[in-house]
Amino acid sequence: MTQTPSERSLLVATRKGAWMLREGGGGDGWAVDGPHFLGHVISHLMLDPRDGRTLLAAARTGHLGPTVFRSEDGGRHWQEASRPPAFAAAEGGEGRAVDQVFWLTPGLASEPGRWLAGTSPQGLFESLDGGDTWSPFSIVNDDTDYRRWMGTVQDGTPDGPKLHSILIDPRDPAHLIFAMSGGGVHESTDGGAHFTPMLDGLEVVEGFDVADPTFHDPHCVRRCPSNPDRLYQQNHCGIYRLDQPGRRWQRIGRAMPSEVGDVGFPLVVHPRDDNCAWVFPMDASSVWPSTSPGGRPAVYGTRDGGESWQRLDGGLPASQAWWTVKRQAMAADAGDPVALSFGTTSGELWLSDDEGAHWRCIARHLPEIYAVEFASTGTGVAA
Amino acid sequence: MKVLIPSALRSYTEQQVWVEAAGDCLGEVLDDLDRQYPGIRFRMVDEQSRIRRHIRMFAGGEQLAGLDAPLTGTTELLVVQALSGG
Repeated sequence: MTQTPSERSLLVATRKGAWMLREGGGGDGWAVDGPHFLGHVISHLMLDPRDGRTLLAAARTGHLGPTVFRSEDGGRHWQEASRPPAFAAAEGGEGRAVDQVFWLTPGLASEPGRWLAGTSPQGLFESLDGGDTWSPFSIVNDDTDYRRWMGTVQDGTPDGPKLHSILIDPRDPAHLIFAMSGGGVHESTDGGAHFTPMLDGLEVVEGFDVADPTFHDPHCVRRCPSNPDRLYQQNHCGIYRLDQPGRRWQRIGRAMPSEVGDVGFPLVVHPRDDNCAWVFPMDASSVWPSTSPGGRPAVYGTRDGGESWQRLDGGLPASQAWWTVKRQAMAADAGDPVALSFGTTSGELWLSDDEGAHWRCIARHLPEIYAVEFASTGTGVAA
Repeated sequence: MKVLIPSALRSYTEQQVWVEAAGDCLGEVLDDLDRQYPGIRFRMVDEQSRIRRHIRMFAGGEQLAGLDAPLTGTTELLVVQALSGG
């Protein structure tokens, strides 16, 4: 198989299986390959950027335990992990059990075969053999403070509390960040031997203790590839930016239009411009409908680090579109201009080839979309 | 003994509905199944040795409560997967 640099793929994980879309075919210019794992809940489908052909899928069904599937040929053949992520067995059977593998992060180019995974309930796991065998990683899963901050299933998101947004510093694999919903954002500078909450400047729901990580709910945290010291965060309580080594998050979402607000789930960053990021705001009023404010969906983008935001809705429905976009269901590629894509819980996949200015729907009638990822150009993902 | 495999797990047994497994209690039978069909046990039993929420095991017309349930003399084990939800 040969791909030209212009060919792109989108990896779509849904509540009922996974799909891969390849540019260059189909009525909308995208050929749909799938379903893979029909009927399985696929929380995340990721390509290994180090080899451009290994895919990992975080899977479970509604009735069976969680697992990870792995393909070394771009999705033609799949093999189940021989040891999926699982917590250590506890005396008396009272320990926690992984309900779903939720987030997958490939290691650095200097760490071939390494992956990290976040689970629900909150757990952090590592594979050193390309996703075949997994072990608990770092102190997080069993540390007394972290267990308390994780709360219980009563405290988490509706389909279970999650560990997500696992970020490896491209300059230093010992510098790690992860986030928990709920439980806050945490950083390690020693490869996971210790973690420290990074909460300064973040807000929590009124009436709760802002100093307690338990009450913090980061929805999505991203590190800028062009400036690894800069982090952006979409939180339950606003949009933030942090410039390390500074410790205090700035609520840049204050600059969003008040009628839209600054709450949502996903956030993506520009591959080369650390002043540029995009979010997909949702209605967080009253009982949290989590739908596009006013039924008018839009991406909002900033090009000045959050000083100002621009509404980007060209081609999107102008009314009566009550969409929800989950935290992993929005992605940016490395192209120039940057392409953006998002998937809705109503099963539509949208694409912009011009950094959000204009949008078109490239797939509809899919199951509830959980995650969207671009596969790097020139990789081996193809049917 | 013969073990009835529910449809959701037959990808592990090459679509066989009935397979053979041995053991004196449920845990031993599931271990034997996992030796023959790697990965199948973890889909039914979590890492704390608890039978997963939507899995039920029956022998001799009785539901088995845990992995220590004795199966000596049992000829058939039924693994049932509750199907529900949208």
